[in-house]
Amino acid sequence: MATREFAAHESHAHAAPQGFIRKWVFSLDHKVIGLQYYFLALSAVFVGMFLSLLMRIHLIWPTAAVPFIGEIKPETYLTLVTMHGTIMVFFVLTTAPQGGFGNYFLPIQIGAADMAFPVLNMLSFWITFLGYIVMLSAFFVVGGAPLHGWTGYPPLSALPSAGPGEALGADLWVTSIALFCIGALMSALNFITTTLDMRAKGMSMMRMPLTCWAWFITAILGLLAFGVLFSAGILLLLDRNVGTSFFVPLVTVNGQLTGHKGGSPLLWQHLFWFFGHPEVYIAILPAMGLCSQLLSVFSRKPIFGYKAMVYAMLSIGLLGFMVWGHHMFMSGMSPYTAFAFSIMTMAIGVPSAIKTFNWLGTLHGGKIRFSSPMLFAIGFVSLFVSGGISGPFLAQPTLDIPLHDTAFVTGHFHLIMGVASIFGIFAATYYWFPKMFGRMMNESLARWHFYLTFVGTYCIFMPMHYAGMAGQPRRYSQFTTLHYLERLIPLNTFITFAAFVTISAQLIFLVNLFWSMKAGKKASDNPWEATTLEWTTATPPPHDNFGGVVPEVHNGPYEYSVPGAPRDYVMQTDPASVSVH
Amino acid sequence: MGLVLLIVIWLITFVSTYFFVAKTWWLPTGASAAAAGIDHHFATTYLVMGVVFVAAQVALGFFAWQYRDRGSSSAARASYSHGNNMLESVWTVLTAVLFIGLNLMSSSIWASERFRPAEPGALQVEVTGMQFQWYFRYAGPDGKFGATRPELIDASAGGESALGLDTTDPASKDDVVSGTMYVPVNREVELILRAQDVIHSFFIPNMRFKQDAVPGLAIHMHFTPITMGNYEVTCAELCGLGHYKMNGMLKVVSPEEFDKWLAAREAEKQ
Repeated sequence: MATREFAAHESHAHAAPQGFIRKWVFSLDHKVIGLQYYFLALSAVFVGMFLSLLMRIHLIWPTAAVPFIGEIKPETYLTLVTMHGTIMVFFVLTTAPQGGFGNYFLPIQIGAADMAFPVLNMLSFWITFLGYIVMLSAFFVVGGAPLHGWTGYPPLSALPSAGPGEALGADLWVTSIALFCIGALMSALNFITTTLDMRAKGMSMMRMPLTCWAWFITAILGLLAFGVLFSAGILLLLDRNVGTSFFVPLVTVNGQLTGHKGGSPLLWQHLFWFFGHPEVYIAILPAMGLCSQLLSVFSRKPIFGYKAMVYAMLSIGLLGFMVWGHHMFMSGMSPYTAFAFSIMTMAIGVPSAIKTFNWLGTLHGGKIRFSSPMLFAIGFVSLFVSGGISGPFLAQPTLDIPLHDTAFVTGHFHLIMGVASIFGIFAATYYWFPKMFGRMMNESLARWHFYLTFVGTYCIFMPMHYAGMAGQPRRYSQFTTLHYLERLIPLNTFITFAAFVTISAQLIFLVNLFWSMKAGKKASDNPWEATTLEWTTATPPPHDNFGGVVPEVHNGPYEYSVPGAPRDYVMQTDPASVSVH
Repeated sequence: MGLVLLIVIWLITFVSTYFFVAKTWWLPTGASAAAAGIDHHFATTYLVMGVVFVAAQVALGFFAWQYRDRGSSSAARASYSHGNNMLESVWTVLTAVLFIGLNLMSSSIWASERFRPAEPGALQVEVTGMQFQWYFRYAGPDGKFGATRPELIDASAGGESALGLDTTDPASKDDVVSGTMYVPVNREVELILRAQDVIHSFFIPNMRFKQDAVPGLAIHMHFTPITMGNYEVTCAELCGLGHYKMNGMLKVVSPEEFDKWLAAREAEKQ
């Protein structure tokens, strides 16, 4: 077994490139590709955030003119909704945790010189990049970007006559998603192969850091989910351009027949959510893995229940494919299937609860160091609980009757899938920045960033639960058309102000990031006194990650405060004097 | 730092919980037969999940403070433990029982709302959603809905023409089409939900009623209004640029008033 693994190392090792183009643009180095993904996501997150700010402004001051854009019309508002959601889900939440940090640190954490297929890796990134450009270009074509929401339900998304932005803009939107799927599929294959075949000697599966487990399971989910979305996207493109009717029955728009007949709008919903629900876990599993890691490192304690954590992630991955119907309780799907999907959805709450208990168990009896990555990891746990607690409401069809498609849902998934995952990305940035750039980030700025963001996001998304209970529907560009919504306007004004503050606080992060790259304090090789392999190598790591030395692993990943050991941590590569795993 | 974190987490928890407990913003007043059951189960779920929420957040804040690195004054090292299988089993079983139990408690409400068809004497109303308007059709004395034909649809004309009603069909002679939904109190209403162009969702918050109207499908649903009054109807599924203004009004009136209204509309038609 070991010899095969080493052979794999050698055959994939490649010499460090010299020219700028080969080194930084069309690079085969997983570390450079990781950074490329990360900076793509960073630009996307600011675009997405800016769009959400415009939405919040329009909701409160519907007639206000925005500089450069002018007055926001109701259809512009829906365009913002659509592009905010799509950009955030695909180009931020799927891109940064997996493509960014996964690419950079999976090979190093398992002791490999690179990903299994470096060329495929480069292609994955550049196809994703192309998808991003196509997505953004939808803003600039005649008719503008589509208004059908990130879920793109046909017939609205299939008929160019159904609204502004549903012509070329919608074609670009579907094309971009199809491109993204191709990139994600290739990347998933690469992650799975790398994890299975490229581990260093001694790095058994059960000695892998939980981050690696998370990336591995995420890749499996991606492999199974993105293919389905890709097919759905192609069918939608055919419906839109070739006159097929996969998703469109006989309909009239504005009294005009469209020429379609016999298709099923629900088919799209099944295909979309078969991808869409696992996508939630694609976004959050890497954050779960990372925060498990950080809670252990900064509590100076082994993770509580390593195996339970692995099994919990595996069951989340498995159950994640059996719950998609809970998005469709009100869709006209058979009410009997709602029953089954509901039970499965409640069941997925169990491994999620196990993880939360284990995180608390890890803190218990620890010696906690409140460095910035730890603040964000603790923030993640809090957000995960808050966002998770509303899940059992929505998972029950009975309660979904009043809550479905209200602001309650918006609040729920933003807390858990949006903000909690983003806290994972922030934690990862503060944690691995020293390794990636050789310098420390500023801790005072990081703390300000944490507290403002933590309190700010709660101020934005907790009130949405109240508004949703009171019946405020999602994706409404104004609250003046329904009398019962008028008393919710003060609540929405509060949300808008909270959004202003929270988004402004992100500038602190941006300044800290770029300032620290240039002027941060020099980092040592292992500033957090952590045990995993990336902290055994130079900072930043050399081209082949370990400078010609092939690491050999003797210990589990979370050996902190081992009684009798000389330091309060035992590196994975230290001699196996106190091996527990 | 541990103390600051504890204060922040606890504050967020207690302030959030206050607004739930005080019901500052709560479900709109229920006015249908199903509302009481749904609201009761909502309250039960709220109580259970609320306790879990507060317990987890309070523990998180407390642990962060209690187990902070106290420098040289504390024990030299954190406790060394890889977990406890007994505890893992206990909380796995407990959460499973709790979540599945909660689910089963509410299943009878769902079943009565969606598994059983409408009662034989229910009032049939056909609801059609189109960008950006709801239309309500009553079958009239013959109890039969007349045929509609897509090629006859004239959206700008409104009313019957917007539905494409075939006036040559004898069954269509006494059909009444209205932009406002009238129903008598305490009688079950059977809805036949349709959509002409894109997906809409028929949402009456006070009736605890919501169901998508899907092009190509005729979805049969039912509810029983038990309190007279005017209730706003909204569209809950994104349907295009006018989604936010796709509203209507449900008027729940006495049976006599309902009969009077329907007769007047019939008379207008003749």
